[in-house]
Amino acid sequence: MSAIPVLAGVIIVTFLLLRLVPGNPAREVLGIHASPRAVDALTRQLGLDQPIWRQFWRYLDGLFHANLGDSIYYHSPVVSLIATRIGLTAALVALASAFSVIITVPLAALAATHQNRPSDHAVRAVSLFGLGMPTFWLGIVLGIIFGLHLHWFPVGGQGSGFWGTLHALILPALCAALAIAPVLIRSLRVGMLDVLGADYIATARAKGLRRWRVTLVHVVRNALIPSVTLLAVNIAYLIGGTVVIEQVFDLNGLGTLMLNSIGNRDFPVIQGVTLVYALAVIVVILISDLVTARLDPRVRLR
Amino acid sequence: MSAEAVIGVDDAGESIVARSSFWSRARRSPTFLVGGSLTSLILLILFLAPVLARHNPDTLNLTSLLSGPTSQHWLGTDDLGRDEWARVLYGGRTDIEVGVVTVLFPLIFGVAIGTFIGYVGGVVDTIVMRVVDVVLAFPFYVLIIALVAFIGAGVHGIFLAFGLTDWVVYARLTRSSTIVARHQDWVAAAVNGGVPRWRVLLRHIIPNTISQSLVYVMSDIVLVILAVVTLGYLGLGLQPPSPDWGAMIGEGQAYIFTNQWQVLIPGIALLLTGTGFSLLGDGLADVLRPQ
Repeated sequence: MSAIPVLAGVIIVTFLLLRLVPGNPAREVLGIHASPRAVDALTRQLGLDQPIWRQFWRYLDGLFHANLGDSIYYHSPVVSLIATRIGLTAALVALASAFSVIITVPLAALAATHQNRPSDHAVRAVSLFGLGMPTFWLGIVLGIIFGLHLHWFPVGGQGSGFWGTLHALILPALCAALAIAPVLIRSLRVGMLDVLGADYIATARAKGLRRWRVTLVHVVRNALIPSVTLLAVNIAYLIGGTVVIEQVFDLNGLGTLMLNSIGNRDFPVIQGVTLVYALAVIVVILISDLVTARLDPRVRLR
Repeated sequence: MSAEAVIGVDDAGESIVARSSFWSRARRSPTFLVGGSLTSLILLILFLAPVLARHNPDTLNLTSLLSGPTSQHWLGTDDLGRDEWARVLYGGRTDIEVGVVTVLFPLIFGVAIGTFIGYVGGVVDTIVMRVVDVVLAFPFYVLIIALVAFIGAGVHGIFLAFGLTDWVVYARLTRSSTIVARHQDWVAAAVNGGVPRWRVLLRHIIPNTISQSLVYVMSDIVLVILAVVTLGYLGLGLQPPSPDWGAMIGEGQAYIFTNQWQVLIPGIALLLTGTGFSLLGDGLADVLRPQ
């Protein structure tokens, strides 16, 4: 993925989102009972009275000055609304990514090294079952089990202080990690099987290297390369999943800001948050490209 | 009886077997059989909803709110006293219907676009693939939620949101297999033999590229049903009064301290449906994979 054209495309798409609103967005925001004067004022505030290329220029100009416009509902800059909430969402994504690695890599390795044996079938069956599991429902069920019955974690809310927040984020992060686990395990397993079947592994074994050395030096290193890319793609999906998970666990992050703004018809905020999410994905993919290049001499030399 | 009929011997002395038919291969795939049976059973139950449900899903019964399973209400009632069993059945009907109908346009449009750009190549190909990259740069749920937010909640919003985004996966799949197929000898033979281009595409390329998309459709239906239910949970999906598993779970979440049935039952129904379609998709992949 080449980042620059994608970035440009993402900016154009988020700009065009407002065009999808049937009729005049200002009328949509204010409701049918608003006076024509109020509608005109908001139309001007949103810049909708100008030709579309000028609106786009205004939007671009704002982006270069880290300005995503003003919230209609909160009457404050969208950027500051995002800034106060992005930390919690970032922490949730980071914790969930860590969980997903801890959960999926050993299971995929177990399945790949025991291909077509009971442990492989068990891992595949469980991950297939997980494909049909809705994230938000899994969250509620986890809340019922570990919050309501066992009292290990809070059912909702974000706690206070560093440890309080961390404690409150464990269930949501686990939920986000489990949501991508099925797909991730299935693809990691296939990637590892490819490596295990490769000629250089047979060579390493044939020349009498010890089993653990073959696994650590040859299998892990080579399996890591496609795994990093797979992880990045799935973390991109995971980031989207946190929108719903924040709602389930009542966390005041970016996702909740987005959903509340949908309820408030606060279009500039929805646009801004959507853009930030897409930027986060682009950054994650870029990092994975760089890591892959570090790990794989073939990519580095190209 | 062997499913493979030996129809001759080639130069190397190996038996030439006729490609076994779809059904004979399907019968040997346990995944396909289990997935197919589970999916058919679920579809049959939902189809028979008017017979199986003894209550109307929208009838309020204010004398029995949030009850557990009783002889009257097999799966209990919700916060308005509506029969849970009837609501699960009718909710499943709408969710699966919407899910299946929603993937049709992305499937057809994506395959058409993918075939076209894979066959033509050049600038058109580059431009379309850039658009695909951009769509994939958004986290799936963020893009769907944002689109529905701007277009408006409900079936209309769901159709449009998926119509605008979901085709890219089919386009990508079809494009890469079309590029492979285009360079095959039999395509060159057909072209050189004077077969018109549209006929080459329809008769020689698409039949060889479509199976991947048909396999993916099964996983996609699961994805879309999950998304429709999730949107319903967020209040952005199918609008009341049409029963929907997501909205049911959302309404039930407010009462988890007193009654957990209302959350658990639609979720389990969804889980079974998702597993059925996923197994069927995996099985279909086994059956259609070239031997």
